[in-house]
Amino acid sequence: MRVKTNQQWTISAHDPDEPGPYVRRMPTSKHLLTSVQMARFVAQGFLRLDGVVPQEINERALATLAEGIPQVPYGAPLSGAFTRDTFIHGLLALPDVAGAVESLVGPEPTVDHHAVHVREPHEGKAQALHADAIIDVRPDAFDIQLMYYPHDVTPEMGGTLSVPGSHLRRINETDIGRVQNLRGQTRLTCPAGTVVLVHHGIWHSGRRNDTAHRRSLYKLRLNPTVPQVRLWDTSDLHDPAVTAELGTYFPWYEQAAARLEVYNRVLLWRALTGDESFDIDHWVTRVSNRPAPRRTA
Amino acid sequence: MRQQVLVLYLASSALDSDVVGWSRYDGTGRTRPTTGDGDEPPYSTALAALQDGWRLFQASQLLPPHPGHEYDVSFPKHEFFFEKLEEGAHP
Repeated sequence: MRVKTNQQWTISAHDPDEPGPYVRRMPTSKHLLTSVQMARFVAQGFLRLDGVVPQEINERALATLAEGIPQVPYGAPLSGAFTRDTFIHGLLALPDVAGAVESLVGPEPTVDHHAVHVREPHEGKAQALHADAIIDVRPDAFDIQLMYYPHDVTPEMGGTLSVPGSHLRRINETDIGRVQNLRGQTRLTCPAGTVVLVHHGIWHSGRRNDTAHRRSLYKLRLNPTVPQVRLWDTSDLHDPAVTAELGTYFPWYEQAAARLEVYNRVLLWRALTGDESFDIDHWVTRVSNRPAPRRTA
Repeated sequence: MRQQVLVLYLASSALDSDVVGWSRYDGTGRTRPTTGDGDEPPYSTALAALQDGWRLFQASQLLPPHPGHEYDVSFPKHEFFFEKLEEGAHP
C-alpha cells in the first residue's frame, strides 16, 4: 500500500514490490542522491559536486573565511546552527547540497564541528596523509565532512589530496603519514563553488601550496541522528550499476586486500539498505555459510 | 655519506609485483619530497628498483591476521624500504 506524504512515497512493510520496514524514497526538490551515487560513495568514500555554489555565495564565503567563523557547540542541530544571513546557510540550502547531505546523514543532522583550513603561500610542505579525528570503525553509521572550495583550485595551489576507497581502512589519524603517494590518488583541482562530501574515514592531506596565493576551504562535519537506512532516492536500487560501483577496484589496492574491500563494502551496503541478502560475487555469502547438522528421523 | 630512502608499497608480497604506492626521503637535503607530489611511481616494480641500484634493507613481514579480524583492512600491507648512499651533507 502506498501513501503519498510530504512529497515522498511511503511503502509499507507489506508492499510486495519492496518488502522491508523502511521507507522507499522518491525524488524531491532537495535533489536526493540516487542509489548509484550512494553506491559510488560507499565504494569511493566521497562525492564531488563541481561548481554547484553560485558566485554570490562564493564571494560572501571568501570574505567570511578571511575574518574567521564563529564557534558552534558540538552537537548543535544543523537546522538552527547558522543564521539565514550567513554563507553557510545559503550553501546548505542549495538543492544539490541539501539533497546530498540528507541522503548521506538524514534529516536533522547535528554539527560536529566546522573550521577554515588554509594552505599558506609557498608553505614548503604538505600535511601528512591522515584520517580526521580518531580511528572510527562503526560498521553501520558514518559522519560526513563537507569540504567547500569557494575559489578555483589550480594544480599549483595544492588542492586536497584524497585517496579513493581508503575510508574503510582502519588507521588512526596520521599513523599513515609516511605514505606519500598512492596510485589513483586524487589531487584536487576544481572550479570555484565546488563541494566535496567525504566519509569520515577518508585518507587525505592538504597538499603543498606552490603559489603566492592563500588557498582556503571551509569544512563542516555532520553527525547523523537517525539510522542511515534508505535515506536517498531508492527508485534505482536494483540498477546493475549499483553493483558495478560497489565492485570498483582502485589502482593502489593490493591484489588480495582488494577483495576484502569489496567484502567490507557489501557489509556497509547491507547496513544502508537493510537488505541482508545483498552480495557481490558471493564474497560474503560464501564465508558465512555454516550449514546446521541435518536432523535424522 | 647520506642516505636516500625509497619506500615502495607493492600489490603482493613478491618483489616483482606492481608498485601501488611510494615515498621518498632525502638525507642529502637536496630534494624535499612530500605528500601527494606525484601521480606516477618511480619504478613499476621493486625488482626494477633493485636493478637500478637501490639496496633493500627492510621488508614487511608476512603475519597471519589476528583472530576475529581476518576481513579488516588497514595500512598498505606490502611495504619495502630501500636505500642508496650518496655524498653530500644537509646544507
